[in-house]
Amino acid sequence: MADLSIDFCGVKSPNPFWLASAPPSNTAYQVNKAFEYGWGGAVWKTIGTPVLNVSSRYGGLELGGQKLLAINNIELISDRPLDVNLREIAEVKRLWPDRAMVVSAMFESDPKVWADAVARIEDTGADAIELNYGCPHGMSERGMGSAVGQVPEYCTMITEWVTSAASIPVIVKLTPNITDIKAPARAAIDGYANALSLINTINSVVGVDLDSFQLRPNVGGKGGHGGYAGPAVKPIALSMLSEVMQLPETQRFQVPISGMGGIQTWRDAAEFLLLGASSLQVCTAVMHYGFRLIEELTDGLSNWLDDKGAASIQEVIGAAAPRYSPFNQLDLSYKVVARIDEAKCINCNLCFVACDEGAHQCIDLTANGAKIDPAAYSGVAKTQPVVREDDCVGCNLCSLVCPVDGCITMIEVPPERESVTWGEITQERPEVTLEWDKMERYREEKGIEIH
Amino acid sequence: MTRLSLEVLEEKFSELKPPMTAREARVEANRCLYCFDAPCIRACPTHIDVPTFIRKISTDNLTGAAVTILEANLMAATCARVCPVEELCEGACVLGGDHKPIEIGRLQRHAMDHIYDKQKLPFTPAPSNGLRVAVVGAGPAGLSCAGELAKRGYAVTILEKNPLPGGLSTYGIVVMREPIRVALEEVALIEALGVEVRTGVEVGRDVSANQLLTDFDAVFLSVGMGSVPHLGIPGEDLEGVTEALSFIAETKLAEKDGLEHLRELPVGRFVTVIGAGNTAIDAATIAKRLGAERVTIIYRRGEGEMPAYDFEYTFIKNEGVEFRFFSQPVGVVGENGRVTGLECLRVEPGPPGPDGRALPQAVPGSAFIIPCDQVIKAIGQEKRVDLFAHFGLEQERGYVKVDADLRTTNPKVFAGGDCVRATGDAMTVTATQDGKVAARGIHAWLGDNALAAD
Ligand SMILES: Cc1cc2nc3c(=O)[nH]c(=O)nc-3n(C[C@H](O)[C@H](O)[C@H](O)COP(=O)(O)OP(=O)(O)OC[C@H]3O[C@@H](n4cnc5c(N)ncnc54)[C@H](O)[C@@H]3O)c2cc1C
Ligand SMILES: Cc1cc2nc3c(=O)[nH]c(=O)nc-3n(C[C@H](O)[C@H](O)[C@H](O)COP(=O)(O)O)c2cc1C
Ligand code: SF4
Repeated sequence: MADLSIDFCGVKSPNPFWLASAPPSNTAYQVNKAFEYGWGGAVWKTIGTPVLNVSSRYGGLELGGQKLLAINNIELISDRPLDVNLREIAEVKRLWPDRAMVVSAMFESDPKVWADAVARIEDTGADAIELNYGCPHGMSERGMGSAVGQVPEYCTMITEWVTSAASIPVIVKLTPNITDIKAPARAAIDGYANALSLINTINSVVGVDLDSFQLRPNVGGKGGHGGYAGPAVKPIALSMLSEVMQLPETQRFQVPISGMGGIQTWRDAAEFLLLGASSLQVCTAVMHYGFRLIEELTDGLSNWLDDKGAASIQEVIGAAAPRYSPFNQLDLSYKVVARIDEAKCINCNLCFVACDEGAHQCIDLTANGAKIDPAAYSGVAKTQPVVREDDCVGCNLCSLVCPVDGCITMIEVPPERESVTWGEITQERPEVTLEWDKMERYREEKGIEIH
Repeated sequence: MTRLSLEVLEEKFSELKPPMTAREARVEANRCLYCFDAPCIRACPTHIDVPTFIRKISTDNLTGAAVTILEANLMAATCARVCPVEELCEGACVLGGDHKPIEIGRLQRHAMDHIYDKQKLPFTPAPSNGLRVAVVGAGPAGLSCAGELAKRGYAVTILEKNPLPGGLSTYGIVVMREPIRVALEEVALIEALGVEVRTGVEVGRDVSANQLLTDFDAVFLSVGMGSVPHLGIPGEDLEGVTEALSFIAETKLAEKDGLEHLRELPVGRFVTVIGAGNTAIDAATIAKRLGAERVTIIYRRGEGEMPAYDFEYTFIKNEGVEFRFFSQPVGVVGENGRVTGLECLRVEPGPPGPDGRALPQAVPGSAFIIPCDQVIKAIGQEKRVDLFAHFGLEQERGYVKVDADLRTTNPKVFAGGDCVRATGDAMTVTATQDGKVAARGIHAWLGDNALAAD
């Protein structure tokens, strides 16, 4: 069995899975229970300035009969008194010395307030502090949460207040509600953050009731934007993780990143690890299914590592990160084409309509081996989609809509010309990238035909 | 003998429920709600953590799914195929209320096929603890007990009187539900855990009870039930009269050597089957599928009182098997030593008997003959009283008397499976659970003993 334990900027835990700062880590009752189930750590529900919550707080995204593919929430930070939270954090940490206990905090922008808060948090025996620069609702209007995360200068300033006061590691949690995630990441590192975590929730309106016209969640007839999280946000989180991994500052200072946003299965977890996250946090999936998920997460991850022959989780962390490249470094000569395995094809023709109307018209419908016009066809013979491989641009769409495993495969074909990237063309033949007639000449020269 | 071609036989004797494709399994697994404190777990006699194993299938963690299953049930490949899931886990599925329950049995089989194809031992047995346990009978109860003990570090020897291990999974469950290969692979898993299986050894004949009691620290009796009893009616020894268990066993063994061997089995044109339990249903199905023109099940009571499950009744009617209810066989008639018919009396429901069911009462003078050239007896199995007497065990109506830990009146002897099932359905899954419970009991007891001896 592979070793799942991690050391995240000095914070150790027996496995990489931590409860994200959110309702599941709200109380000692919950965190104790989570640790009994085997969670490696917890980021306590954000503590800080006094708040009052509203009633009716969450909305859910349901798709195709699957409930809660994402959750949208307008809950604030912890609404329990600071003293109670700190006392419970200390109690739980005492009981579970081998688990990671991280305290998420959000206070008003005053260095004295922060210095005092840091001292009280360190008194609990917690292993690290996480700065919540992400909450997109309620707190941001008060100059906290994403209001900080969206302004790099604030981010550096507050981070520096905290890191200069703290003797335990400081993790800065980034908001995704920003055009370029690299800016706040760099700002946090400039403020001497020991680690980063991402993503917090994304601004969202999850839906409108078609009968009452009320927004979801509804609070007395009104609603607003909330924070979006859960399986549906994973691709956004993975992209932001990759962006931050690329940052020269992250690489120079070896800043570890705690990844979250849509982790529900061990497969999601493995993807975050491969792209460079070295600790993982989970919220929505736990809110949906409970702490018992940890067994599936660790078992699946461990079996996968065994299958890959990896002795420890360290061997896969960041293993796919170097593949993340800007578009202008991709090889323009690389080519794949779609191939349909007719023995597996169930003749749903979804690939045909997708390619014909949504892509590049490279799939023909045939019957008895001859091409047919579907609008005119009234025969009884089964229709069979066939790819014209010469015309196929290799966009993947047909294979993505195909409902049968292994029926449409994208086959790599030998490149028809020398390897070249857009970056190289821009450098060597800039005129080609600027004028259409030059581009056309370039195509002729290289034998690039657009069908 | 059947005149059916090999192709037809292959169709009729292959597994009724096909395996799932990977995608089918994933889609079905994703339909599972992953209920908390799920009713399917409680409905399974071995308490398999169904939602967890299904969730693992949904994430393609098939090894993890199989381990979750095997932790609760070492006979899970058999159970996945033979359990009456409609009455157990699937019957309890919360989705059954307004649409289809999850296909738990087939999903379990999907995970089991994966682990058996992979041929990787899913457990590492504990280091040897120096204690020896004898298990009598290599059916599901014995194998489960042996496996559980081996996992805990015991040296276990199974003594089995038949040439092949596996009990009724090997000899009794029709090939359309469980090919013999599955039963034998399951035995191989138990052997891989370090259990020694000695076949062709009958306890009470080749080895004495006393010998076992001296040579081993504990004994687990899992001998199942005996053969089909005599009807005690005239003509029973005519050629063409067989009993269901050996009739089924022959098809199992034929399948092992290749389905073409099924063509060598004797089967009548007009077959009567006496009894209406699961075994009768199975024997009738086989007779029909081997090519009998007409198969009739003869039962003393009415349709509503058949011990067979509803789904079995529906199934067998679709097979084209006919029923004669309220009929009691009183003699087999024949010519030249061969069966030509079964003589029956009409029966009327009488006053309620001790179990509350109406006692069947034959109507004098109502005799009639059902013409047939084969009679298959499926009227239950004999009790193993003589064997229990060897061990000096107290009995209850022919079954071994045990306490909640499945311990018999001899503290060194535990018992489980069909041989203790005085009440309730005798199923593979309950036998498997018995093996588990007894292993726990033996371990609790010997563990304490070992401590005391230190
Ligand atoms: C025809 C038929 C169909 C069935 N179908 C199903 C089904 O679909 N689903 C289901 O759940 N259950 C089914 N059952 C029931 C199920 O097979 C049994 O409940 C289960 O096999 C009981 O397990 P066991 O280990 O107690 O006994 P068995 O499986 O009977 O095994 C007992 C073993 O002990 C051996 N033995 C006996 N005496 C001695 C001795 N003196 N020395 C050494 N060895 C000895 C026997 O040879 C045998 O191998 C069916 C039973 C029959 C008869
Ligand atoms: C109801 C709810 C409340 C949350 N509260 C906090 C919070 O107090 N502090 C914080 O840093 N993040 C909070 N989050 C964000 C989560 O910690 C996490 O970043 C986000 O949900 C993405 O992870 P997920 O997809 O696993 O849910 C909250 C999320 C939800 C759904
Ligand atoms: S989960 Fe349901 S019962 Fe519990 S607090 Fe929310 S609305 Fe109330």
